[in-house]
Amino acid sequence: MAPETLDSFRTNWLKIGIQPEVMYRSSGDVPMAKRLSVIDGDRCVGCQLCMFACTRRSGVGGIANSRIGIRSAGGMRKGFVVIVCRACPHPPCASICPTHALTPRDGGGVSFDAQLCIGCGQCKSACPFGAVFWNEQEKRPLICVYCGVCAGFCPYAVLAHEEISEPAHD
Amino acid sequence: MISHDPIARILTIDLFQRRFSIDERPELFDEAIGGAGVAIRLLEEHCPPGADPLGEDNPIIFAVGPLVGHFPLASKTVAMFKSPHTGNLGESHAGGRSAVSIRMAGYGAIVIVGQSNKPVYLVIEDDTVHFRDASALWGLRSSYTVGSVLREREKGSGHRSIMRIGPAGEKQVSYSCVITETYRHFGRLGLGAVFGSKNLKAIVVSGNRTLPVLDPKRYRTQYNALYSAATGSPLMKKYHDLGTPINVGPLNELGALPTRNLKQSRFEGADALSGEHLAERYLGRRLACAHCPVACIHIAALRTPHPSEPYFYKTSMLGYDYEPIFALGTMLGISDVAGMLRLMDEVEIQGLDAMSTGVSLAWATEALEQGLTTLADTNGVALAWGDADAAIEAVRRVVSQPTDFYRALAHGVSHASSMYGGEDFALAFGGNEMPGYHTGPAGYLGYLLGARHSHLDNAGYSIDQKNLASGIQPTAEELVEQLVGEESWRQVLSSLVVCFFSRGLYTPEAIVEALATVGFELDESRLREIGADVLRRKYQFKRREGFDLLSEPIPRRILQTESPIGMISEEMLRTALRAFDDGFQE
Repeated sequence: MAPETLDSFRTNWLKIGIQPEVMYRSSGDVPMAKRLSVIDGDRCVGCQLCMFACTRRSGVGGIANSRIGIRSAGGMRKGFVVIVCRACPHPPCASICPTHALTPRDGGGVSFDAQLCIGCGQCKSACPFGAVFWNEQEKRPLICVYCGVCAGFCPYAVLAHEEISEPAHD
Repeated sequence: MISHDPIARILTIDLFQRRFSIDERPELFDEAIGGAGVAIRLLEEHCPPGADPLGEDNPIIFAVGPLVGHFPLASKTVAMFKSPHTGNLGESHAGGRSAVSIRMAGYGAIVIVGQSNKPVYLVIEDDTVHFRDASALWGLRSSYTVGSVLREREKGSGHRSIMRIGPAGEKQVSYSCVITETYRHFGRLGLGAVFGSKNLKAIVVSGNRTLPVLDPKRYRTQYNALYSAATGSPLMKKYHDLGTPINVGPLNELGALPTRNLKQSRFEGADALSGEHLAERYLGRRLACAHCPVACIHIAALRTPHPSEPYFYKTSMLGYDYEPIFALGTMLGISDVAGMLRLMDEVEIQGLDAMSTGVSLAWATEALEQGLTTLADTNGVALAWGDADAAIEAVRRVVSQPTDFYRALAHGVSHASSMYGGEDFALAFGGNEMPGYHTGPAGYLGYLLGARHSHLDNAGYSIDQKNLASGIQPTAEELVEQLVGEESWRQVLSSLVVCFFSRGLYTPEAIVEALATVGFELDESRLREIGADVLRRKYQFKRREGFDLLSEPIPRRILQTESPIGMISEEMLRTALRAFDDGFQE
């Protein structure tokens, strides 16, 4: 790495930091047309701060309530897999839900009504990315609410919280 | 503590009976926080005086703390045991995912007692422990394979850590290590040999849970303050950018970089081994411990050609840090970076402590050079300064032990030099091979009187550098006071199990506030009392097991090679050690 590259890397590190505006909003405050996106999974260092941030959103520590997942791609030597809900325009988790607990959200992704959920787990099986996480204690899915708190705690700009400008066909 | 915080739960596993039990011990954590504080108490409970370090009576203790899973950089696991390397306190810290995994499995500490009569690995998942047959894993040539196999075989759910030993641990080399998540180690003082003596090949720990806090708002506020300090301030930047190898250049310029078994303190090949050069030419990936934004773990991508077949290459991903560069690079006079990385890889494959291995090889190279040993002793390996391939061959033989010489070297330089001579240049302190700082008297006093004989006990090397900058040399007594003060405070950090690299952000105020959000009401003076008490207990354990500071040898070599502060005086060191010993008696 050339010295000037190192310097810019240092500057970025200081710049990226915490984005104080991204605090713990309730899902009701969230603009409907946003989603999470993985900008550059190769930059993930596996710190899992996003998972802790997502769990902290529910007022506790630990990782069990996380709606985002980071796992090693077959050992630390091979880097990491970053699993987020990509807010599909035609979400299979909602299509398969027998009780309409999961319904398509305007602009992509889903909304979750826990009152209607019977804990059948079909949504979890339907998502090809494994982005429907599961709360073992409550037997309920953990569904991303597109709030972006995780992205605010990603020190390496792996994640972004962005407007959905067009349907997610990529 | 919050009443349903699982931190108070202690998992005790008996390898002989193949039984386990879970006990609630909130008083232990209320009194000692966690980590080192709880581990030394559990060691006192479980390790009888005079226990054989490689026998059934030696327990293995792992302890974490209440901030783990809650706050960033609370990422370390403290292991305690009786050391087969020094015969007294064994204490080693590792990060990776170990601490968060133990916490997510629902424990504050894990105690392993007894010996299994056949190879076993443990799978700890929440409230269950499985004892799995490890017969097929025993004898595997490489520690990497153990991780790969268990990763596939044990699916586990949630957050997971895989701790394992290599061939060196099986062979009970007294400085063999336990590797976790491929790139982190319970490196020093021989935990790998204790695993080996118990027929314990690996431990897989996993769990998934949430953790209670008293006041979510106050908790998030304190979280954000620590996160901002970790990422937005220069406090941790040096570890972030180049990682610990950032130290190679400055220490070389200072004349504090031990070279060729400390015959010199500057290395003409240091530029090649510097953090800058490694980043530029080899850095292939950066990794973080769980819940750490800094990602100080630097991984080199090393492309090597097949020895005979053209157009056939392999790319290895190898971890590098300052201490392995010192021990397996400068100490052996190796400036060929690829050779040094291959040597580091061999040390990983075997599962040895990089520092003790490098310092042992440096002594062995000089012993051969001086004619204290012969090629017959070294099994034909012509150890020489700068020869990485010879060093790799020697590392293999430290484990395979084809001659008496390697059997001796497998116990470290104190033992080997007691048999072959060369004590003057056998660079161990308190029986533990030296770290990579020839900074001056505080550094060496730190190694000698530190409870783990580690540079991380009290950072004497840092005190030397501050004194060098200020131009004021303290008296022996003042140095002792500074060292003990630092070591005492570090017991607080290692009871919280926050990474020492984050000591600048975990100020007393930040700690008091962070602990309060998770239900621990402790003020600064109480924290300091706990720190002093933990250090006292560690020393009591050492003495109980026969450690006598005043009879510890001081290798002459450190007095013969100039340090940045000038020649080090033995008389001054001895005066300081007596002052420490007197202070401890009071």
